[in-house]
Amino acid sequence: MSQAFSVEIISPKEKIFEGKAEEVILPCYEGQVTILANHIPLITFLRPGLIEIEKNDKFYTEEGTVEFSNDKLIILSASILKLGDMKSEKVRDMIELSKKQILDNEISDKQRYLLNHKIDTLKQII
Amino acid sequence: MPSLDDLKKRIKSVKSTQKITKAMKMVAAAKLKKAQENAEKGRPYSEKLKNIILNLTKSISNETNAPKLLIGNGKDKTHLCVVMSADRGLCGGFNSNICKLAKNYFRKIINEGKELKIITVGSKGYDQIKTEFGDHIIEKKSFKEKKQISFNEADEIGKKVIELFDQEQFDKCFIFYNNFKNVITQIPQVEQIIPSDVKKDENENLNSALYEFEPDEDEILEDLLPKNVSTQIFKAFLENAASEQGSRMTAMDNATRNAGDLVEKLTINYNRSRQASITKELIEIISGAESL
Repeated sequence: MSQAFSVEIISPKEKIFEGKAEEVILPCYEGQVTILANHIPLITFLRPGLIEIEKNDKFYTEEGTVEFSNDKLIILSASILKLGDMKSEKVRDMIELSKKQILDNEISDKQRYLLNHKIDTLKQII
Repeated sequence: MPSLDDLKKRIKSVKSTQKITKAMKMVAAAKLKKAQENAEKGRPYSEKLKNIILNLTKSISNETNAPKLLIGNGKDKTHLCVVMSADRGLCGGFNSNICKLAKNYFRKIINEGKELKIITVGSKGYDQIKTEFGDHIIEKKSFKEKKQISFNEADEIGKKVIELFDQEQFDKCFIFYNNFKNVITQIPQVEQIIPSDVKKDENENLNSALYEFEPDEDEILEDLLPKNVSTQIFKAFLENAASEQGSRMTAMDNATRNAGDLVEKLTINYNRSRQASITKELIEIISGAESL
């Protein structure tokens, strides 16, 4: 049987989510990671993508830091938005902006990688 | 002895001043509530971030390879000081307290023969510091037109600081702000942000050594430390905003009370001289009647 563990999503402004979940999917820098209870203590950071908490609550994030220890998941992010709160016009604007940024030749490979993911995720949302 | 008319005018003017200070107090109280909420909501983020960095630093084996933002660049010659103050006055000793602390520190640094660079945030602090240390100010920021300070503003300053650090413009960075303890007490504070001042507490539970890192520690730290700088600045912003409103509220409360006292004194004076003049007139009438 799967067990529940506590999840907290915190932005510099406020606590965005606090509750229990059995499964959380995170868009980690090196690929998607699913966290279940009793996961090994972990510290990692996020790339643009969707955070899914038991498939009910979905959040869009651009970056963030994640710590999991003693069945407590803490997600820190300055750019986190609940999926229902995002208007599709705004998402389209964000895609346009990212597409412009990606054409810039001066950005590093790392930034390009992050922007690619950002565009893909935003397209999914619409 | 001022005339009755003069007293009347003075009472009126003190009363209208009292009205203004009272209104300012109410506004400050309403804003304080919001600012305090924001400050409290913002605390968990910076605390958790600090915790994560602490856990990370514990597991770094090779200290010499650690990012410079964490351990510093080994020098201690140039200090960068970020002084946070308010954009508006009439808030008691709020701005002067922070500037006093900062100025004392500046003098100490200059006496030690170190170089000093200053970034001021908020126009009031700039006004107070420029007379004595104007040559050292490299940048002044003010968010007067912004109603609510968001993380973006803090990030802007944070990025600027990191950019300067990467150019080796300074070796250590300090931030001056008022810590909000409660409505009456705000404590001016200095905090070192570069290199990160995370103390290693040996007594803490040692199971943190078992963390798995993905990717490796160095990469996470490199991503995390700039964020930490911005977060600390943001925290200082929030604390400062709450302190400003708290300080203004107390100052305005005092002013209202003082005005009340003054009105009372003036009213007594006014009544006394009114009575004196009536008595004088009566005596004149009586003595006039007697002499008939």
